[in-house]
Amino acid sequence: MTALPTKKLEAWRYTDLRPLASIEFSAPPPAAIPALPEIDLPRLVFLNGVLAKELSSPFAYARNFQAIAEDTAQPLALINAETAQDGVTLNIPAGVDAGTLLLISHASGDAPFAFHLRHRITLGEGAQLTLIEIAKGEGVYWHDPVTDIELAQGAKFAHIRLQDESREAFHLATIRARVAGAAVYDHFTATIGARLSRTEIGAVLTGTGALAHLNGVQLLAGTQHGDFTTVVAHKAPGCPSRQTVKSVLAGTARGVFQGRIEVDRVAQQTDGFQLSQALLLSPGAEMDIKPELEIFADDVKCSHGATIGALDAEQLFYLRSRGIPEDQARSMLIRAFLEEALEPVTQPQARAVLEEAIDGWWVKQ
Amino acid sequence: MSTTEMQALAEQKYKYGFTTEIEMEAFPRGLNEDIIRMISAKKEEPDWLLQWRLKAYAAWLEMEEPHWAKLHHPPIDYQDLYYYAAPAKAQPKSLDEVDPELLKTYEKLGIPLNERAALAGVAVDAVFDSVSVATTFRETLSKAGVIFCPISEAVREHPELVREYLGSVVPVRDNYFAALNSAVFSDGSFVYIPKGVRCPMELSTYFRINAKNTGQFERTLIIADEAASVSYLEGCTAPMRDENQLHAAVVELVAMDEAKIKYSTVQNWYPGDAEGKGGIYNFVTKRGACRGRNSKISWTQVETGSAITWKYPSCILQGDGSVGEFYSVALTNNYQQADTGTKMIHLGKNTTSTIISKGISAGHSNNTYRGLVKISAAASGARNFTQCDSLLIGDQCGAHTVPYIENRNMSAKVEHEATTSKIAEDQLFYCRSRGLSQEDAVGLIVNGFCKDVLKELPMEFAVEAQKLLSVSLEGSVG
Repeated sequence: MTALPTKKLEAWRYTDLRPLASIEFSAPPPAAIPALPEIDLPRLVFLNGVLAKELSSPFAYARNFQAIAEDTAQPLALINAETAQDGVTLNIPAGVDAGTLLLISHASGDAPFAFHLRHRITLGEGAQLTLIEIAKGEGVYWHDPVTDIELAQGAKFAHIRLQDESREAFHLATIRARVAGAAVYDHFTATIGARLSRTEIGAVLTGTGALAHLNGVQLLAGTQHGDFTTVVAHKAPGCPSRQTVKSVLAGTARGVFQGRIEVDRVAQQTDGFQLSQALLLSPGAEMDIKPELEIFADDVKCSHGATIGALDAEQLFYLRSRGIPEDQARSMLIRAFLEEALEPVTQPQARAVLEEAIDGWWVKQ
Repeated sequence: MSTTEMQALAEQKYKYGFTTEIEMEAFPRGLNEDIIRMISAKKEEPDWLLQWRLKAYAAWLEMEEPHWAKLHHPPIDYQDLYYYAAPAKAQPKSLDEVDPELLKTYEKLGIPLNERAALAGVAVDAVFDSVSVATTFRETLSKAGVIFCPISEAVREHPELVREYLGSVVPVRDNYFAALNSAVFSDGSFVYIPKGVRCPMELSTYFRINAKNTGQFERTLIIADEAASVSYLEGCTAPMRDENQLHAAVVELVAMDEAKIKYSTVQNWYPGDAEGKGGIYNFVTKRGACRGRNSKISWTQVETGSAITWKYPSCILQGDGSVGEFYSVALTNNYQQADTGTKMIHLGKNTTSTIISKGISAGHSNNTYRGLVKISAAASGARNFTQCDSLLIGDQCGAHTVPYIENRNMSAKVEHEATTSKIAEDQLFYCRSRGLSQEDAVGLIVNGFCKDVLKELPMEFAVEAQKLLSVSLEGSVG
């Protein structure tokens, strides 16, 4: 197996995988059928990394898993390619609106195990798809999914993810999207679960007017570690990109955001924007932010902003003085803080799932 | 503006590109323990300093040249450099004894050394290559109790101070270039402001690199004791050279309770020609320690020169309520590369830091802001504000921003903003419609872009810096 990345790599300076390396993972055990979210949508269900046909609905554009050689040097993607056994391949033909699909991963087992799903999603010209991914589980496991996305001219893909893994689990997701002219990649990840997690998204804008939206929220407590890493590569003129990432940290949790906007020489009229904000709710919490701009074209508008701070005591006082209990007041303020990142999620069922997970979070702490 | 006009402007010669014919006394090329012993012996240093140098050399041998910065250059052959060079005459006692060639050089650079010095109210400790050759206003300063002298002299006359503070902010093992400097540093300035003293004038040093193939290894140490304050100016221009010259300086600042140090730099070393040939390699370690309560260290820099700039003036905010500031303009043109920024390390309670960085890239240059704001768990009530703006002129250059923000204290407040843009057509049109030439208009807009930084400079520096920005941009505008 390819070696795990270490903190010596610049891209991994804030996320230490030694806790993962110290665990011996075995192959996934057979899975019992768990309780699954009740959402009225066509679905594909993976249990312990294997497609459970009896729990999945037929989806016209889904194909069987195919192993594909990995041609990058990304350590996690290489590990995934070496071991991937299953995953979903979606091909949406040109002009087709494939609606909304639910992709569930559930994991549970007695001994630590690892599974490496590999998904490929291709949208033809003008095709449309909304994919809601939910990852849940119990016990110690390592979920290492890689998702490759190819969007043709004018395609629209809304990709909404809820990472609500077991608090003992490791979740390291790699998502790579190539976005052609006038196509839209609209990404949102909510990170709530896992002991240690990283969502790494690379979006390459290859045609004029391609749009990437990479939003995320991280809600972390206890000793959780969450890492949200993005690279948006503008390789064509006139592409907008938007990133809004909000982190809320309690206990001694540690949040990481690394975001890079790259603007190629040819990518004139780029409009890149990135905002990263974090709330520290307790004295032991830590947030590390590294927003990067790498710009080689002159007629561009790129900016990033980052703030880290505590909940505003005055706002809290205002709500409490109106008779709202402290916990509820905090919940409200946290929700208000996150709203900006959530805004682009418009699919009602996705929104309901996310809101439920977010609103219940503080009360559970 | 037409292409031919641009061409003509781009080919303008570096204004300060002249060399002075002065006999140089140089040691053999290369670096080994013997060279270090020779440097130390030549300067009649005490044994403790020699041992310190040797320790640094041993550390340097084990270290590796850092390559994390966005900089590209051919490998530096450290054995092909001279590590000591000095004008071949004995140290002069007064201006009359100073080599007239040298004085002419200073004059061309506009250094206020004699009457002009008096008019400008500036004390100059001018370093010509490695040995300080003239120091003025010593009397006024010594009346106030201020020590301002070459560091080699301070080693002889104030060994207790040098020994206590040298290497206390930048330890010999801090980084590759600091270790090298510690081993071979030639000379530099030493400043000590005693308790409660406000330095009666702005202190200034002009550095010049003159000997062919001579690395310059300046060492500056400034200590402001309790409630003392000082403003220190550092500025430089260098003659035209074909071969790259290495410069690895170390500057250490120490501020005790309620002390204030303001350190301003205008760096205009030879940047190389339009094809990127030649130019100074500038690998500098500058760091200030706010050791005392409510102390303050402020760095202001205008970096227009050097082929390569690797420089991160930093503040360690140890004392409760201490303040760190970093104001920077970095302008790169042609094939220049700059990787510069700051580190603000918040350790004490209620410490505040402000970072304002303006990067301008033109031609084929690359300009990177790299900075760290670190709030430790103990730094309750810490506050940071950072603003990094980049301006791109032309489509062959690069502007990069790499900030690191690490916050471990929930009561701290950190804000960071960065933007990248080009000069807006409407701004240009506005200026042009009022009769300004394209070149003047760009100069004006760039100066406006940098205003937040330039206003932090002492008066005489501010004037020079504004001219410098316009001159450095010449030929880049289309």
